[in-house]
Amino acid sequence: MSITIKDVEHVANLARLELSNEEKEQFTGQLNAILKYAEKLDGLDTDNVEPTSHVLPITNVMREDITRESLPIEKVLLNAPDEEDGQIKVPAVLE
Amino acid sequence: MSEATQYETVVGLEVHVELHTNSKIFCGCSTAFGAPANTHTCPVCLGHPGVLPVLNKQAVEYAMKAAMALNCEIADISKFDRKNYFYPDSPKAYQISQFDQPIGENGWIDIEVNGETKRIGITRLHLEEDAGKLTHVDGGYASLVDFNRVGTPLVEIVSEPDIRTPEEAKAYLEKLKAIMLYCEVSDVKMEEGSLRCDANISLRPYGQEKFGTRAELKNMNSFRGVQRGLEYEQIRQAEILNDGGVVIQETRRWDDTQGKTFSMRGKEESHDYRYFPDPDLVRLNISQEWKDRVRASIPELPDARKARYTSDYGLPSYDAEVITSSKKLADFFEESLNYTKDAKAVSNWIMGDLLGYLNANSLELSEVKITGQGLGEMIGLLEKGTISSKIAKTVFKSMLESGKLPQQIVEEQGLVQISDEGALVAVVDQIIQANPQSVEDFKAGKDKAIGFLVGQIMKETKGKANPALVNKLLLERLKA
Repeated sequence: MSITIKDVEHVANLARLELSNEEKEQFTGQLNAILKYAEKLDGLDTDNVEPTSHVLPITNVMREDITRESLPIEKVLLNAPDEEDGQIKVPAVLE
Repeated sequence: MSEATQYETVVGLEVHVELHTNSKIFCGCSTAFGAPANTHTCPVCLGHPGVLPVLNKQAVEYAMKAAMALNCEIADISKFDRKNYFYPDSPKAYQISQFDQPIGENGWIDIEVNGETKRIGITRLHLEEDAGKLTHVDGGYASLVDFNRVGTPLVEIVSEPDIRTPEEAKAYLEKLKAIMLYCEVSDVKMEEGSLRCDANISLRPYGQEKFGTRAELKNMNSFRGVQRGLEYEQIRQAEILNDGGVVIQETRRWDDTQGKTFSMRGKEESHDYRYFPDPDLVRLNISQEWKDRVRASIPELPDARKARYTSDYGLPSYDAEVITSSKKLADFFEESLNYTKDAKAVSNWIMGDLLGYLNANSLELSEVKITGQGLGEMIGLLEKGTISSKIAKTVFKSMLESGKLPQQIVEEQGLVQISDEGALVAVVDQIIQANPQSVEDFKAGKDKAIGFLVGQIMKETKGKANPALVNKLLLERLKA
């Protein structure tokens, strides 16, 4: 299966990226090259191999349910484009 | 409703329940409700670059507990995945959730509707993080974001499409709520958003196996809202089908004030969340030993308690259902039984005076002061004849407000029943003398006249006279 310009447009839309026609062409080529490279894996017999969800050989990393101090509100709002009453103000996004 | 009757309704519910851990699922921020906006946030839950989430063990155990109580199979291996979407309520632009290896699968619960028991399948229960809260301002042109709720642990419970009526949907939610409360994994306050429900609903002609096209309903903020939203949608879809139209697969928002559902535009394109395993969180191995330990912490659940109340105490099924629908009420019932053997009397006081008072004043059991011990001891005083049933009502009311034990109330307010003949004779004689007409009526064969005299004596003794003794003394004198 190869990637078409339509697939690139779809993924770009999901990622909220605006691409020029030139870029769309370029990424279509690059993505296809990456997929082609990954296709090498098809040559392996993976019938009895569990899918890898994580590369580290550790499991069950957890913390106890203990609260810690949060950030002071002034610091929280440092990254806010705009604020009102301690809340972060953003343009409305219609769902 | 006639429009809907030729179609069978098919409903599946997705319920989100907030787990009441102290801290968030992946960081140490507090989950307490009602704090000033954005004061329970940190670089982890705000999605700052370079931070690492660390899983809250208590959240995992609550999710396991909830899944077990819903009769799910618990996974041996579970993991977390990223669900990608852009919306201002999610600072990371993805939600950490579980895709193909949820904590629990293939469960069920039994519900009761119109006296019949029905089993509803649970497809899955998975663990995920909650999103922030948006308030739309400036006439809808801007939104204010409060991230306090981001990262609160949630379980999402997905039912099989086994629900056939809005009433069944409501019964399912009530049962789910009761089970979560019994397990003590959530406080399940719908008004604080700790239980939220979306519904998938479709119609199909009776006998057809294939499901019709479904609509997904959102924004139903109460159990009643879910029922009304589904009732509205049944009629809307039936009208479309009757006109030969096609139901569109879409998300619709329930408007409780208008009593209608509205299409939410822009969501028609199918979701593309591009789930993938979260590389920041390692796999979860759930050993048999861990499962056993969590399972041992599950208390007796409502169905088991209900069965015990009907068989051991002879309570009517309906009373047992009402009492076990809330763990606090069932615990109250059982505490009372440490102080009296008369379970039916306890049940009657709960079903009548207690629930009547709570409903009339829109109160929760935890908001009144009466204890199970108080009710049990009061019933003991009734049995011994220390107080009359009329006085018991006064004592009961006083217990609701003060939480004092009945013996103390009786002593403080001088409510002990007068069962001493000598003390009553004088009052009885006085009332007989004062009411010659009634005495004459009684002697003329009007038995009802005695009721008036009893009433006068009770009034004179402020309800404290032992009614049986009053009757006896009156009859002795009137028949003499």
